[in-house]
Amino acid sequence: MNPDTRDDRGATQQASAEASAEAGFDRDQELAVDGPTTFPVDRRDFVKLTATGLLVLFAIEPAGAGQETARPQTGRQGYPTDPNAYLHIGADGKVTCFVGKVELGQGVQTSLPQLLADDLDVALSSVSILMGDTDLCPWDMGTFGSLSMRQFGPVLRQAAADARSVLLHMASERLQAPVDRLTVKAGVVTDAADPRRAVTYGQLTEGKRIERRVDGKTPLKAVTAFGVVGRPAARRDGVEKVTGKAMYAGDVGPPGGVWHARILRPPAHGAAMGQVDTSAAEKLPGVRVVRDGDLVAVLHAHWDEADRALALVKAEWTRRDPPVDDKTMYDHFRKTAGLARTAAEGGSLAEGEKLSADVVEGTYYDSYVAHAPMEPHSATAVVENGKVTVWAGTQTPFPVKNQLMQALKLPADKVRVITPYVGGGFGGKSASRQAIEAARLAMLTGRPVRVVFNRQEEFFYDTFRPASIVRIRAGLTASKTIALWDYMVYCAGDRGAAHFYNIPHHKTAWSGGWSGNSGALHPFSVGPWRAPGASSNAFGRESHIDVLAAKAGIDPVEFRLKNLSDARMLRTLNAAVKKFGWTPKPAPSGRGVGVALGTDAGTYVALMVEVAVDKATGKVHVKRVVCAQDMGVVVNPDGALQQIEGCITMGLGYTLSEEVHFKGGEVLSRSLGTYELPRFSWLPKIEAVVIDAPEIPAQGGGEPAIVPLGAAVANAIFDAVGARLDRMPMTPERVKAAVKG
Amino acid sequence: MRVVSFTLNGKATRLTVDETRPLLWVLRDDLGLTGTKFGCGEAVCGSCTVVVNNQAVRSCVTPIGDVEGKKVVTIEGLANGDKVHAIQQAFVDHLAYQCGYCTPGMIMGAYALLLKNPKATRAEIVNELDNHLCRCGAHVRILKAVESAAKTMKGGIR
Repeated sequence: MNPDTRDDRGATQQASAEASAEAGFDRDQELAVDGPTTFPVDRRDFVKLTATGLLVLFAIEPAGAGQETARPQTGRQGYPTDPNAYLHIGADGKVTCFVGKVELGQGVQTSLPQLLADDLDVALSSVSILMGDTDLCPWDMGTFGSLSMRQFGPVLRQAAADARSVLLHMASERLQAPVDRLTVKAGVVTDAADPRRAVTYGQLTEGKRIERRVDGKTPLKAVTAFGVVGRPAARRDGVEKVTGKAMYAGDVGPPGGVWHARILRPPAHGAAMGQVDTSAAEKLPGVRVVRDGDLVAVLHAHWDEADRALALVKAEWTRRDPPVDDKTMYDHFRKTAGLARTAAEGGSLAEGEKLSADVVEGTYYDSYVAHAPMEPHSATAVVENGKVTVWAGTQTPFPVKNQLMQALKLPADKVRVITPYVGGGFGGKSASRQAIEAARLAMLTGRPVRVVFNRQEEFFYDTFRPASIVRIRAGLTASKTIALWDYMVYCAGDRGAAHFYNIPHHKTAWSGGWSGNSGALHPFSVGPWRAPGASSNAFGRESHIDVLAAKAGIDPVEFRLKNLSDARMLRTLNAAVKKFGWTPKPAPSGRGVGVALGTDAGTYVALMVEVAVDKATGKVHVKRVVCAQDMGVVVNPDGALQQIEGCITMGLGYTLSEEVHFKGGEVLSRSLGTYELPRFSWLPKIEAVVIDAPEIPAQGGGEPAIVPLGAAVANAIFDAVGARLDRMPMTPERVKAAVKG
Repeated sequence: MRVVSFTLNGKATRLTVDETRPLLWVLRDDLGLTGTKFGCGEAVCGSCTVVVNNQAVRSCVTPIGDVEGKKVVTIEGLANGDKVHAIQQAFVDHLAYQCGYCTPGMIMGAYALLLKNPKATRAEIVNELDNHLCRCGAHVRILKAVESAAKTMKGGIR
């Protein structure tokens, strides 16, 4: 996040590469650590910022001035209403925005300043953003659920609007002109009656301490007045990311100055640690072994040498595996998922049954999938004057801070979490065990400690998206409308479970959510995975809609149009039809085309795909995907497009290949060599239509398009070969078996 | 332990080192070149790709002893001062990254490809990068970026 720090360090390092490297390898020497004062704890930008004449816009001290009370630190809570928590305007007119969200690759580092620039009326280039630092940024529950734009966006906009209002009143005094005569452009306030009379935001704030209360009710700008939002904006992380300068949690700190910790792991979830023999590891030069209860860590200045030493640690484990594996899990779910809850219902199922000329049942299965971000969970922790600072690759810096306070028994002002760039999250970095481990070890050793998971740990501790079952009983009237919809889902939760069709008699029930710690239901933790559970639900629902369409002998799009009345969904589906060039024909038509619809995070999606199925090998190639999406106001059009492409490309994995195998508490899929992620050669032609919907506030963009992909592909496979796939991923073996019947 | 001498990003470099250690960790932990990323440790994901004597190698499984006398280029060595390489520029222009973690390896893989095949076709680019993993799904744009870089470079690698 701070290229300056890195540049300096990089340059010094290059110049003395040989000397420092040789010193680093001197086994007799104590692991070299520069004094903690050289550790780049401070953010230079912030120091620079606070050193200049600071404006205090409101009654509360600005960020970083040490008033913790301004920034709620604990528990699940609302956003602070103090605009000063979000932004600072310097005497030079530069605006710094403080945001508890983190940049995972989704581009909010670029799109949030776009929002701010419009409501504050400043140039986008004058806005900088500081993210995910619990000392400097206002509380935020985490970056997930496609909430940055739709939930946090309005909060940030309100802060900007309030700040603009205060500045206008100050300008009014300064220019001796009524507020309604003032106009603002690029941070310059001008008296409309006399354009020579103008003052900049910077001049207004220069060297002053101003205390103002605002009511948080300043009206927001109309969408039509936006000048920055809705236009493409260059991403801010480009040069850093292509030159290797972008810092991730495993990159901070001076080389040789941090101890890498490799930690002893159980062979299976639930295993209890017995005798541990670390003597062989301890004999290796430069190695230190730390044990604190069940935390057994081998530390070394080099990750690989710590890893080598860890391999010498012998441990006995008592396994306590639950009696379930990837073959018996569906029976297990039915038995253990517990009481069903109702997500939606209407009419009466008995009445629907009576109206139905045909009743069709179907069951659809999904598998456990991993997040598999390219950056494994990483954290670097340093203790200085009793305060722990942890750089963590996490989606939830504030909850991680709370966990650290509990684990380390430290008060709020002694724990700081800083989130540098995160190398992909997808929900999997909401859990941040590595941050706690690094901090505990830094406390125990008094040295900076880094924990970087290897790929086996990354799979083992992943909070998988759960495997699931969707069971549907649906009825068709003689006029081919859906009269009955009895839907039950196990283990995918209720996100995206409820249908959006015109069905008079329906009930959607669910048992077992998409998240939870290991227990009777799942042998390991499960958690949010890009649109949690929604893809499993869409697979069930949209597959079954196609089954009904085939039963009715109607083209799948026509059948949907006939059973839909939601205007947004109709508009979205029609946009897909137009882009794809869909021509109606009942399936299976042999063409290999498929459609599926979904809603997620306030966004509507219609996907159309074309596949080629090799009947002999069972291999499916997705040749073309059209995505029509209504996501409300689009803040950064190219960024939105990029998220759609990302969803579709990533979605090919859960659709065709990704599946976690396990036996009891033992995770068998632990390598990217066998757990197959989508590759370049799988790429379909991806075309997107983003619907112009200025009347709807910005909705989620990072998740929705991944939701209906599995179903669309299943429907296209049926259209191609007449075989219905009822389980994801649709691997060649499963496709072959389905074709065979 | 032995002395390993090689050229790193154009600079003569000499290390006394256990020659079996992976090049990746020597770059990252000893030399502070953290642009090269650790992704899988088994030569599967491509995040750690660097270029040795004009060939893409997976630094996580390359013993440092193997680069004796060779020329090693990492992502940090690709730009010419402040001027980024044409491939890097193309990645910026085409937004060919999201989280950016696989990006250095992708760029080094593409660089090695264009060194040996400056006029690589899309099929050849797909073939070369197929063993590089990207989880965010930036694939469409990565292909566009590499294609466009190849055109910009017109057969010249700088």
